[in-house]
Amino acid sequence: MTGIVEIKGLRKRFGTNEVLKGIDLSVKRGEVIAIIGKSGSGKSTLLRCINGLEVFNEGTLSVDGNPLLHGNANAMRTLRQHVGMIFQGFNLFPHLSVGRNVMLAPTLVKKRHADATVAQAKKLLARVGLAEKFDAQPDQLSGGQQQRVAIARALAMEPAVLLCDEITSALDPELVGEVLRVVEALADEGMTLLMVTHEMSFARKVSDRLVFMHAGRIHEVGPPEQLFGEPQTAELKQFLSSIND
Amino acid sequence: MVDFSIWDIFRNLLLAARWTVLLSLIAFVGGGLVGLALLVARIAKLRGADALVGGYVQLFQGTPLLMQLFLAYFGLALFGINVSPWVAAALALTLYTSAFLTEIWRGCVASVHKGQWEASAALALNLREQLRYVIGPQALRVAVPPTVGFLVQVIKGTALASVIGFVELTKAGTMITNATFRPFTVYACLALMYFALCYPISAWSKSLESKLHGHR
Amino acid sequence: MIAFDFPAVLAEWPLLVKGVGATLVLTAISASVGVTLGVACAWARVHGPAWLKPIVGAYVELIRNTPFIVQLFFLFFGLPGIGVRLSPELASVLAMVVNLGAYAAEIVRAGIATTPKGQIEAAQSLALTEMQVFTRVVLPPALKRVWPALVSQIIIVMLGSAVCGQISTPELSYAANLIQSRNFRAFESFIVATLIYLALAMLLRRLLNWAGPRFIFGR
Repeated sequence: MTGIVEIKGLRKRFGTNEVLKGIDLSVKRGEVIAIIGKSGSGKSTLLRCINGLEVFNEGTLSVDGNPLLHGNANAMRTLRQHVGMIFQGFNLFPHLSVGRNVMLAPTLVKKRHADATVAQAKKLLARVGLAEKFDAQPDQLSGGQQQRVAIARALAMEPAVLLCDEITSALDPELVGEVLRVVEALADEGMTLLMVTHEMSFARKVSDRLVFMHAGRIHEVGPPEQLFGEPQTAELKQFLSSIND
Repeated sequence: MVDFSIWDIFRNLLLAARWTVLLSLIAFVGGGLVGLALLVARIAKLRGADALVGGYVQLFQGTPLLMQLFLAYFGLALFGINVSPWVAAALALTLYTSAFLTEIWRGCVASVHKGQWEASAALALNLREQLRYVIGPQALRVAVPPTVGFLVQVIKGTALASVIGFVELTKAGTMITNATFRPFTVYACLALMYFALCYPISAWSKSLESKLHGHR
Repeated sequence: MIAFDFPAVLAEWPLLVKGVGATLVLTAISASVGVTLGVACAWARVHGPAWLKPIVGAYVELIRNTPFIVQLFFLFFGLPGIGVRLSPELASVLAMVVNLGAYAAEIVRAGIATTPKGQIEAAQSLALTEMQVFTRVVLPPALKRVWPALVSQIIIVMLGSAVCGQISTPELSYAANLIQSRNFRAFESFIVATLIYLALAMLLRRLLNWAGPRFIFGR
C-alpha cells in the first residue's frame, strides 16, 4: 500500500555540500510524523523538498500518487493545493488583514466565490481560536496568534498533508502552548502531519512515528516509545542525552 | 537697446519651462513603463534577461547622459531618420530613466522578505499572483520615495537637452542671455526656476521617506 | 548599408588621450577637494555654530536641486556679468567641487548620524578633544559605511564632467567633438568616447574601492 507521501532515494546538494544523502520514507494518510535531529541534519530541507520549495537532485518524491515535477508549473500548483506549509517565521502578508490573509489563496487559486471564502475564513479562524481577529492587522497580533492565523491560512486550501517547519521555535515560551494545542487538534481530526520540531514532549505525545535524522540520513524510525525508550544508534543516544540536560 | 526687466526674463523662462516639464513627464512615464517591463522580465527569469538588463543598467549608469543624448541625436540620423532634438532628447531620457528606475525598483523588490515569496508559493500562487497580490504591494510602498526622488534627477537631466538644440529652460536661458547681455541675472533666475521645480519634489520625497520609516 | 569608420576616429588617439588625461585631473581634484568640503559641511551641520547650519543647508539644497550644467554656466557665463572672469578649467573644477561638496555633505552626514553613541562617549571619557573625537573616532567608520554611496557620487561627477566640454574645457567630450568636427564621423566619435567613459567609470570604482580601505578609513 503506497502512502500519501512516498520518498525514495532522495538526494539534495547545495553546491558541493550534500545535505540529503538518500532519504527513504513512506507516510500513511492520517499519520503524524515528527522529524527530530541536530541543526544541520537536513530536517527542514527534507520538508521543503516535499512542497517543492527546494529542488532535489536525485530520487523520487510523490504526493497522493503524483510524482513531483519541478519544471511543470501546473503540476506544482496542484501539488501545493494538496500540501500546506507553516513556517517558523509565520510569514503572514503584512499589507493584508488577518481575514484577507486567510482568504487570498482560495480566492485566487481555487477561484471560490467571495461569500464562500469569507465564511470559510471565519470558520477557520474560529477553529484556531481567533474568530474576533478577522479584521485585525498582523502586526497587532502576538507571535502565537500570528502563527495560528498562518495555520488557518494553510487550512483554507484544504490540504491533505500539512508540513510544519519548527513552527514554535520563534515563539516566546508562554505562547508555544496555544499553537501546539491547535496542532494537536488537527492531529486528532486525522490530518496527515509532518513536523520538524524541537518540542520533544509534544512530539512524544502526538506523533505516530518519530524520524531521527543525522547528517543527511534517516538513522532511526519508529513509534516514540521505541525511539525514546530503546535508542539503537550512538547518534540518537547522544542526541537524546543532549536534550535531556 | 531695449532694457529688459527681471519680469521679462522670468516670463520668457516660464514659457520655456513648459517644455522642461513636458519632456520630464514623457521621460518619467515612458521610462517607468520600460523599466517595469525590464524588471518583470528579470523577476520572471526569462532567458538572458538578468544579464541583458544588468548590462543595460551598467551602460546607462556608467556613461554620461550628455553622450547618450549625442548618440541618440547623431545615431538616429545615421539610420536616415530625420530627428528633431525633441525626439532624440525624449528617446535618450526615456531609456536613461528606464535604466535607473528598473534598478531602484529591483532593490525595492529585493527588500521584500524571502518568507513572503515562500509563503505565497506554498499557497500555490503562481508568479503573476505573487507579484500582484503579495510582493508588488509591499515593494510599491518602499519604492515610492526613491521614485519620486528620481523625478528630480530627470528634470535636471532635461537641461542637457539644450546642448543638442532642444529649446527648454536652459537653452532659453542661454538665448535670453545673448539678447539681454545680463548673464548674471539670467543664470541666477534660471537656477531659481529649476530650484522652484525641483525643491518641492525633493521635499515631498523626503517626507514620504520619513513617513515610511516612522510607520513601523 | 551604413558604413562605419572607426579607424578614422581611433587615428586621433593623441587627442583622446589628452582628453582622458584632463578628465582624470578634473576628477582627481574635485574628488579630493569636494569630499573634504563635504566632510566640513557635514561637520558644520551636526556640530557647527547655529548661524552656520542654515547657510550650509541652503547651499546643499540649492546645488542638489539645480542641474550641473546650469551651475557651470552660472560660474562661466554668469559671473563675468559682475566682473569675475574664470578660465574654462577653473570654472569646471570649481563647479565640480561645489557640486560634489553638496552631495558629499548629505552622504557623510548620513554616515555620521549612524555612529553608535557609545563610541562617542568612550572617546570623550578618554579625554579626547571634540575635533579629535570627530576626526579619529567618528569619521573613519562613517566614511567606511558610506563609501559605496560616496564612490558612486564621485563617478557621477566624473561622468558629469562631460558637460565641461561645452565651455571649451579640453576634456574627453570636447576631444570627441573636435574629432567629429574634423572628420564628420559624429556617431563613431561619440561611441568611442562613450566606451572610454564606461571604462573610466569601471576603473575608477575599482580604484576607489581599493584606495578607501587602504588610505582613508582602514580595513
